[in-house]
Amino acid sequence: MSETLIISILAASITAGTPILFAALGELIAERSGIMNLGVDGMMLVGAVTGFMITVNTGNPWFGVGMALAAGGLLALIHAYLTVTLRANQVVSGLALTLFGSGLSDYLGKAYVGMRAEHTFGKLPIPGLSDIPIIGPVVFKQDILVYISYVLVAATAFYLYKTRAGLFLRALGENPAAVDSVGINVFRLRYFYVMIGGALAGLGGAYLSLAYAPSWLENMTAGRGWIAVALVIFAIWDPWRALAGSYLFGGVDALGFHLQVIGLPISIFILNMLPYIFTILVLILVLIRKGGRLASPQALGVPYDREER
Amino acid sequence: MKIRLEKSLAQNKTSQILVPVIAVFMALLFCGVFLAVTGRDPFEVYQAMFAGALGSEYGISETLVKMIPLALCGLGIAVAFRMQIWNIGAEGQFYMGACGATWVPLTFPNLPFVVMIPFMIFMAALGGGLWGLLAGWFKTKWQVSETITTLMMNYIAILWVSYLVYGSWRDPKGLNFPLTAPFPDAALIPTFGALRVHYGIFAVLLLAVIFWLFFKGSKWGYETLVIGSNPVAARYAGMDIRKNVLLVMFISGAISGFAGMVEVSGIVGRLQPGISPGYGYTAISVAWLARLHPIAIVIVAFLFAIIHVGGFMIQTMGIPSAAATMLQGAILFFVVGSEILTQYEIKFSNKEEAQDE
Repeated sequence: MSETLIISILAASITAGTPILFAALGELIAERSGIMNLGVDGMMLVGAVTGFMITVNTGNPWFGVGMALAAGGLLALIHAYLTVTLRANQVVSGLALTLFGSGLSDYLGKAYVGMRAEHTFGKLPIPGLSDIPIIGPVVFKQDILVYISYVLVAATAFYLYKTRAGLFLRALGENPAAVDSVGINVFRLRYFYVMIGGALAGLGGAYLSLAYAPSWLENMTAGRGWIAVALVIFAIWDPWRALAGSYLFGGVDALGFHLQVIGLPISIFILNMLPYIFTILVLILVLIRKGGRLASPQALGVPYDREER
Repeated sequence: MKIRLEKSLAQNKTSQILVPVIAVFMALLFCGVFLAVTGRDPFEVYQAMFAGALGSEYGISETLVKMIPLALCGLGIAVAFRMQIWNIGAEGQFYMGACGATWVPLTFPNLPFVVMIPFMIFMAALGGGLWGLLAGWFKTKWQVSETITTLMMNYIAILWVSYLVYGSWRDPKGLNFPLTAPFPDAALIPTFGALRVHYGIFAVLLLAVIFWLFFKGSKWGYETLVIGSNPVAARYAGMDIRKNVLLVMFISGAISGFAGMVEVSGIVGRLQPGISPGYGYTAISVAWLARLHPIAIVIVAFLFAIIHVGGFMIQTMGIPSAAATMLQGAILFFVVGSEILTQYEIKFSNKEEAQDE
């Protein structure tokens, strides 16, 4: 393979990995607070359609991104209400959110299928940095949302490990009773983090419809939300590992596409299976390495009940 | 006088039925408001859905046609969910079942009906069952979350069917359409007269009763319930959790696989992409709304089929059928949210010591 081809596959890996990265970061934050939200795919879809509709109507993709964040956050609010306040089953509530989100996005977006937004996020090479050999064109010849995702990963890691608020976030998922005992409102904080998670899933969706493949198509996530959920486990709830994992998945995605372009005699359907097969294999490998025991947040999935302290 | 919610150990029968019914009405109300906000008359829409699904012989037949796969997949899902095994792979198992069933008439087109149909059922159950078993094996061997693997395997199964019908299984006489050759008559489940509704409906009723008896009366039905709700106690009681996970995943997948066979043999008459418009996903709501009770699953599947067919009918009014998916999601929300009400009892008391803190 020539150098330019390798560079273009690597750059495409980052682009393809970014929507998953946003969503995975969001899910990571929600799960760190102790709430598992399997509605990521639904929230991404609603984010994608909202972002696209607003952008088409206002001509400003930033409005689109803003509303996608809000839409994802609002959907997550339903999940938070059900699982935090009503202590409902988190698995089933998340599934409901996915179902509802895919129906809602389809309903809202019917008129927008096949439309084009005039202003979307194009490539924006960073002057100077993008001239560095190999790294430049791979890392710094991306669109602005990708640069935002770099910052977001660093910020999340810093928040999680280096700040007092981050300490409480980690404690929320490990031992909510301890957080409660120092006078912090467990319920309110979980609401907050679940909504942050939803907003980021919405952003991941908007990335799909405004930068990755600027258009709207029903079910355009093609299960990326679920890959993001798997990725959080793969990442063992660490932001930097989530970044690495996302690009790995993006890489598999991009590789399939490039193999197709080169004209390899493999069916497109088999190539399209790769990311899903890869997800399963990677999960298995991580679990084998960790002997089946993952350092997942201890209170993940367990509703907090003050009466049962 | 103090009013408080108290956890009750024995679940209240009336509230178990009443609460889901109220939840469905709340969901209708919620989506009604949404329809109104987006400029539709909710009453008109609901009426059109209802009339479309039940207002004619054709409508009822179509509703039953949709009920069959929803109820079958719902039963398959219930087997797993009872044990808190979150198999959300019914969609993929459905496709694998359809694939297994299709292999029979494509390979042995001249078998007589009495051999063909049982053979197809067997292959479908095997296809869906093994697909489920694989996820179960990942879980027992390496503790891989079945939620994610079954979901990923849905996509793989759907692509696999596409691979076959665009490739080696494509009908040479099919003008290049991605379809297999039509099944011979011996591979088709008979229908009721000229309607599309077929004898597969008897299989639904039979399976529902069998599962009901099994869940209620058998040792195995009890074991799976205990393993789900209290794995530690189950282990102390000497129950083989590993074996049960594998068994449950196989049965769960086999039932959904059978649903796939019923669909290709009873409705489509060949294998083609997109044979399921998401039955496997909708069936998750069906199973949960029915509280995993086999008989209730059939009833709820009928209700969801009404929504599904109704959603199709309202397209003529210019409303996307996705409104129906949305409604189904909303119903699940309200059901999940109201669950807490069935686990608690409203207690009235005067006693001060009834309060803690």
